[in-house]
Amino acid sequence: MSGTTHNLKRMYRFDLTTRLVAKLKQEEAVIGGIGHSNFDLWAAGHRPQNFYMLGSMGLAIPIAMGVALAQPARKTFALEGDGSLLMELGCLTTVATQAPKNLIIILFDNGIYQITGGQPTPGAGADYVAIARACGLATAAWAANEAEFERMLDNALATDGPHFIGCKLDAQGPKAQTERDPAQIRDRFMRGMGTKKNRTLG
Amino acid sequence: MTQSLPPWHEIVLNVFKVNEVKLITYVPDNVLKPLIQALHADPYFTCFPTAREEEAVGILSGAWMAGLRGMLLMQTSGFATLPNVLASLPCAFQIPVMMMISERGTLGEFNVGQAAVCRTMRPILDSLAMEHHTVSRLDECEMIVDRTIRQAIMTQAPAALILSPLLTGGKVVAR
Ligand SMILES: Cc1ncc(C[n+]2csc(CCOP(=O)(O)OP(=O)(O)O)c2C)c(N)n1
Repeated sequence: MSGTTHNLKRMYRFDLTTRLVAKLKQEEAVIGGIGHSNFDLWAAGHRPQNFYMLGSMGLAIPIAMGVALAQPARKTFALEGDGSLLMELGCLTTVATQAPKNLIIILFDNGIYQITGGQPTPGAGADYVAIARACGLATAAWAANEAEFERMLDNALATDGPHFIGCKLDAQGPKAQTERDPAQIRDRFMRGMGTKKNRTLG
Repeated sequence: MTQSLPPWHEIVLNVFKVNEVKLITYVPDNVLKPLIQALHADPYFTCFPTAREEEAVGILSGAWMAGLRGMLLMQTSGFATLPNVLASLPCAFQIPVMMMISERGTLGEFNVGQAAVCRTMRPILDSLAMEHHTVSRLDECEMIVDRTIRQAIMTQAPAALILSPLLTGGKVVAR
């Protein structure tokens, strides 16, 4: 684990997302942020416990925090892009203060707004792990490479959080595009969370 | 008749309990102070501030989908920061995010900025086709708050409750 951005490997978001999904055995919740975070979550294989955002830029971490507060026994992940995090940086202070033990934040930092054409963000030189630590998320760290990302995931799944895992990304685009039907996304997610139980017709 | 009724914030807190609205997120307002204090003091509620009102909309959306009901408390200017996230999260996904707004900027406001923001509130709610009610009388407070919460949940639609200075007394400015 690293606290600095030196020598960090730039990794492929779809590969990291696939590694994450492969580790989910307990119906963990995953919130995919606007931008390509939710595209690769979809591409890694739909699960009923996935929620795909369609707007409300910056709210992946707050949505995940709400899920985590409602169901303290369920590990809950937020997959968020650096551009999106910049829009709602203050939420890291709320997470640190409320400290939901079951919340895990994964930051996909490509330094750009990839989905809108790859423009650099104003924070291209910012160290988001340092920011998270300064907000009170003391164990926030960068994953230096894929093997370390997996070890950090294992630790986050096995120990109390909140956890914050930073990943530097390469320039590759997403693997597929999420199916955009918000009412259906919400309904499936609620069934995945066990809050809606009646059988669907057809 | 109204003399025998408890203050508005006690009525509101009890209606939250009756409807199992347990998660309270807020960005504070002076007028909301007694309600926020009472919510913090009551272990039934999980009550905390957020850095922005948008963030609270996200938290309440996630919480509701996972089985926990909540309410966002804020003032008029806080509501004015929300149209984008309301349109693209609770409206688009049919999530009953519930909001209680202390109405500033009217009936004796000193701050011209608050007054200008206040005029945007109901047009925004109307253009989002969002159910909203203004509570201005103590004897109507329980029914309006209770029925608005129940309808929001049953119809899976976001809703806003506006607390008029006629109910709360508003923020009083020295002459
Ligand atoms: C409030 C708001 N501003 C701008 C946009 C346009 N927009 C949508 S996604 C996005 C970029 C997201 O960047 P990031 O989170 O870093 O993800 P990436 O595209 O790099 O995967 C922008 C600017 C928006 N949807 N909402």
